[in-house]
Amino acid sequence: MAFIEIIGLKKRYEGEADCVEALKGVDLSVAEGTFLGVMGPSGSGKSTFLAILGGLCHPTSGQVRVDGIDLYGLGQEKLADFRREYLGFVFQSFNLVPYLTALENVMLPLAVKKMPAATKRERAREVLARVGLAARATHLPSQLSGGEQERVAIARALVNAPPLILADEPTGSLDTATSTEIMGLLAELNKEGQTIVMVTHNPENQAWFHRTVSLRDGLVASDIATAAPLRAAAG
Amino acid sequence: MNLRTIAFNNLRRRRARLVFLVAGLLIGVATVVTLLSLTESLTMEAEHKLDTYGANILITPRSDELSLAYGGITLGAVSVDAHEIRQRDLVRIFDIPNARNIAAVTPKVLGAVEVGAARVLLMGVNQEVEFQVKRWWSVDGRPLVADDEMVAGSAVARRLGLAMGEPVVVDGRSFTLTGILRETGSQDDHLLIGSLPAVQALLGKEGLVSLVEVSALCGDCPVEDMVNQIAVVLPDVKVSAIQQVVKTRMHALDQFRTFSLGVGVVVILIGALVVFVTMMGSVNERTREIGIFRALGFRRGHVVGLILMEASAVSLLAGLLGFLAGMGATRLILPFLAEEHPHLVWSLPLAGGAILLALVVGALASFYPALHASRMDPTEALRAL
Repeated sequence: MAFIEIIGLKKRYEGEADCVEALKGVDLSVAEGTFLGVMGPSGSGKSTFLAILGGLCHPTSGQVRVDGIDLYGLGQEKLADFRREYLGFVFQSFNLVPYLTALENVMLPLAVKKMPAATKRERAREVLARVGLAARATHLPSQLSGGEQERVAIARALVNAPPLILADEPTGSLDTATSTEIMGLLAELNKEGQTIVMVTHNPENQAWFHRTVSLRDGLVASDIATAAPLRAAAG
Repeated sequence: MNLRTIAFNNLRRRRARLVFLVAGLLIGVATVVTLLSLTESLTMEAEHKLDTYGANILITPRSDELSLAYGGITLGAVSVDAHEIRQRDLVRIFDIPNARNIAAVTPKVLGAVEVGAARVLLMGVNQEVEFQVKRWWSVDGRPLVADDEMVAGSAVARRLGLAMGEPVVVDGRSFTLTGILRETGSQDDHLLIGSLPAVQALLGKEGLVSLVEVSALCGDCPVEDMVNQIAVVLPDVKVSAIQQVVKTRMHALDQFRTFSLGVGVVVILIGALVVFVTMMGSVNERTREIGIFRALGFRRGHVVGLILMEASAVSLLAGLLGFLAGMGATRLILPFLAEEHPHLVWSLPLAGGAILLALVVGALASFYPALHASRMDPTEALRAL
């Protein structure tokens, strides 16, 4: 059975004057351990697709299953539990909490988990070191560069060791060198077995993916597997 | 790292926001405290004024005789010289347990004297206290000051053709008329009023008084208790409460209190509204943050708990500071409003009420927007700003 299974996914946004159909019926199966790229032009529905896959936004119709769990069959609170246990989010605009240090931001998903404070701190330090930011642990987001903030966001997505990482344009606001670093980091995590679904509009990133799904006007326009992604070469 | 750490760090690291929020709540709480404590102090001032406005306890000589008098009209001769009260005993009144509630003690000596061919009633008073207590007395001229001065009631002045500044000869002794009482409609119109020692000497009643009026300061302390206490220290006299005065006074005070309560309710509502709007605005600002928490797997209860925790801390601080600020403001304003007794009341229930008001309203105002934001889809919340 596929790790992610999406059947007949539709999403319509009702506006005051008009309504926008962001997804018009998407079907997709993704195997565990895949580094999946979702591409498409602006307004193609890729961010909506990721939000629905992450249990953040209810679809108008269709089903999303992750590890056999029907996400939108769950209640609001169970869905929150699912996000905490199964998912790591890397948002387009980092979405770090401004009054928490890098280390505290990383610990955020653990804040409502019952485990000793020392263990939480230790695990957060580990992942922060993993993304190369051990020395910046006590800095507030405003004291970090864009690339560093992105790394903190990635560390936060990793801290609860989720089976699935969802990343929305993680390199969107970064320069080329930093983008390459971040993509390398994600590829490395994927190599360790992490399933990653990443939305991007940058065709250069395609080289890192196992598989690239292109969306256009709310439908899957193409679904291409890459024979030898860069992560293999890097490895 | 837990919800408490997040709440604490938010308050600690966003000081400007905390100051702004506390200031907003503080203004609401301080306004309520200022107005309520001012009302409280002004009520006390009103009580005090009412209590010095005429006597409410009467001390008269004990007599077994039946007095044929009703409503100020005397139908038969009443013996006033049966058992006079000894003036020196009166200091004992200040030994009663409720002595601090006594506003004034006004002894009087009464007797009939001859002025020319007419017989008039002469009253000796302690002029300093008497003219203060009888606030309804309006004197043309001035009140008497010295022992050789007198004030006449309007009727007696008319009857005897007395004029201000002229001498009045009473039983052969000459007094200067310093003032004439304007018509009061009471028996005061028929009196000649002199100083207590002079009248005692004229009447041959040195060291004796005919009756004593007592003004009790406290509006709602049981006047019967004070009557009994005075009866204990002055066993040879008759002590009675002037129920009509007591009841009228209580009624006036009750009306003032009802008014104060009405003002209090309106002020609390306005203060609560200020606190509510400030807190609600603050939580609404955090919709995006709530979206992040929800996306990271915080349950609705976690988010609401976090917001309430912060709101409680802020409200507690604002409640406490608001109370102090309100009392400070009262202290500054009070002397302009209460001229005689600007007495600041540090009330524990008011302090508790102020903090409780801030806590309850702050929590209520945060609860709704927090619940609303936590119910939104996290993407919607993240897009909110």
